[in-house]
Amino acid sequence: MALRQAWQKTGKALNRGAIAPAVIAFARPLSTSADPIVLDIPVPFKGHNVEAPSQSVETSAQELVGFFKTMFVMRRMEIAADSLYKSKFIRGFCHLYDGQEAVCVGMEAALNERDCIITAYRDHCTHLGRGGSVLEVFAELMGRKDGCSLGKGGSMHMYNKKGGFYGGNGIVGAQTPLGAGLAFAQKYLKADGVTLAMYGDGAANQGQLFEAMNISALWDLPVIYVCENNHYGMGTAEWRSAKSPEYYKRGDYVPGLKVDGMDCLAVKQAVKFAKEHALKNGPMVLEMDTYRYHGHSMSDPGSTYRTRDEISGVRQERDPIERIRKLLVTHELASVADLKAIEKEAKKEVEDALAKAKESPAPDSEELFSHIYRKSYGSEAYGADRKEVTVKLP
Amino acid sequence: MPRLLRHELLMFEALREGLGEEMERDPNVCVIGEDVGDYGGSYKVTKGFSEKFGSWRVLDTPIAENSFTGMAIGAAMTGLRPVVEGMNMGFLLLAYNQIANNCGMLHYTSGGQFTIPVVIRGPGGVGRQLGAEHSQRLESYFQSVPGLQMVACSTPYNAKGLMKAAIRCENPVILYEHVLLYNLKEKIPDEEYTCCLEEAEMVRPGTDITILTYSRMRYHVTQAAKTLVDRGYDPEIIDIRSLKPFDMYTIGESVKKTHRVLIVEECMRTGGIGASLRSAIMESFWDELDGPIGCLSSQDVPTPYSGPLEELTVVQPHQIVTAVENLCGKK
Repeated sequence: MALRQAWQKTGKALNRGAIAPAVIAFARPLSTSADPIVLDIPVPFKGHNVEAPSQSVETSAQELVGFFKTMFVMRRMEIAADSLYKSKFIRGFCHLYDGQEAVCVGMEAALNERDCIITAYRDHCTHLGRGGSVLEVFAELMGRKDGCSLGKGGSMHMYNKKGGFYGGNGIVGAQTPLGAGLAFAQKYLKADGVTLAMYGDGAANQGQLFEAMNISALWDLPVIYVCENNHYGMGTAEWRSAKSPEYYKRGDYVPGLKVDGMDCLAVKQAVKFAKEHALKNGPMVLEMDTYRYHGHSMSDPGSTYRTRDEISGVRQERDPIERIRKLLVTHELASVADLKAIEKEAKKEVEDALAKAKESPAPDSEELFSHIYRKSYGSEAYGADRKEVTVKLP
Repeated sequence: MPRLLRHELLMFEALREGLGEEMERDPNVCVIGEDVGDYGGSYKVTKGFSEKFGSWRVLDTPIAENSFTGMAIGAAMTGLRPVVEGMNMGFLLLAYNQIANNCGMLHYTSGGQFTIPVVIRGPGGVGRQLGAEHSQRLESYFQSVPGLQMVACSTPYNAKGLMKAAIRCENPVILYEHVLLYNLKEKIPDEEYTCCLEEAEMVRPGTDITILTYSRMRYHVTQAAKTLVDRGYDPEIIDIRSLKPFDMYTIGESVKKTHRVLIVEECMRTGGIGASLRSAIMESFWDELDGPIGCLSSQDVPTPYSGPLEELTVVQPHQIVTAVENLCGKK
């Protein structure tokens, strides 16, 4: 009990950024124990038409180390993508997720392979979380054959059917009705899973989102609407675009929860709670209070509509990777040296994937015309011109 | 030879029969649309389905085309086979983004991982004084979307056959029905059949000129043909049925025979199906043509409410007769 209180104090102190991780280094081997540890979530949940879940979450050393490693790989991947874009290996649009990693990593801790995720264009890390590889992401970003969409989708169109990741969507908000459809199918087929339909604070003002919420609430579809509120819709701050920036309340009859999106454990707890709710009672909205360090995309410096102090302030006080690092070190589940070793491993993983992706060739010209149509009933479809031989139905 | 058993029904009943058979055959087929369940469909295509298949398989939606079309597409990504009914095709303009970007393109942008076996159907075309917004012809707007297949039914026989084929097809198919054709009567076979989605239908073989048409204009053409035959012409009438992709084989064989082409459509003149078909034929069969390809389309105007004005917007049989006489020369 005393230990628990000590952890609580540390947690509060961590939140204020007051304690530097000076507490270290018993030469203890890296803990990979799966024994449950109970930790407190510092920032309180806020519920709308629902009683918020407990602020105490069960985790384990293994899980926390896993969070650290995965988020670090994601961070390195996004930073590598930044350099690739600047050296013109990646063209077009590139929306980076660094800063928001806790959302997709925390989510995965509460989900399984029967659940579906659909998101918008900031999808590189979500793809990774669903079982994609860094090689697939880099190759797709560079438009190469080994990309997850064979190089034909690009940054905004990454999908992983096996992993239950339905994209990767370019048009703001259009993925929310698709998400309702995935949940509809899950209920229809009695698949015992939920759908997480993710969108941003910018998309929260789209009419189709409210249409989708209405139909999901009407039919009790097992969908969780996850609003990744990074406070800026490209260059427009939330207070300039929404009359009510309390996105977790905007579902009205759909209950909502506001979550500290920079805390993996808070996200895990919220998604676990929402999943139980959705399977029994229908949709819920989760607003993840998160932040992106980069601008909206690589063409946006990200500093014309917010101050550099704000960005560095969030990085100092709320960075998701640093939070896990401090947790691991303070609770003596890993030493600084262990974590450095993990970081080195992760950097190597990303570098190797990048090198391999650079070697991947561009798609063949025939790929321009493949995957337009699938073989239709009893005959082939060729486009405006047809070959000489008609194909007869069986 | 034993006579094939046939039964007589109206076009909307044929659509209902086709849809019902597919729903019985495959539990993943479901209908999504406004008033399709309890009300039975505004044109009675799903009458009785709610009682038979349950309200989950015949889903009554709120008036939210954008989201329920998106929902159907999302459901199709997992393997369900939804049939989306637009109460009037014109309302599906609200779902244009979902149809163009998600429905048409997901197979490609996902590198082939997902197919979208959705059928989008509903009545369109110029009716009887329904006003401009309820007289839309959406085939011209959707024809450029890659990945979509489009078919237009015109008889109870092909309506049932195309409905069944569209549901079984792995590609997203838009099935265009016409408001004024729902009460057409015909005898169709008792035994099960489907129609090929990409094939055109030979309505009347001939030698003088190839007349290409679809949907309601088929009947204006056949009516004009009576006058033409009296005047000594021998038109070949083909109902193209497949609006995307065009059945260039059947069309080409006909052009090689007659060397003259007239397209009769209900789309607007600008950017319509006729415009695309004309350039496709010219590109592939230039050497076979004895003269320019004629194209009769609706006027580029919002469809007026007033009866006589509305008649002037669409192609009438006497205009078809005049066009054929001009293209073939007087007999």
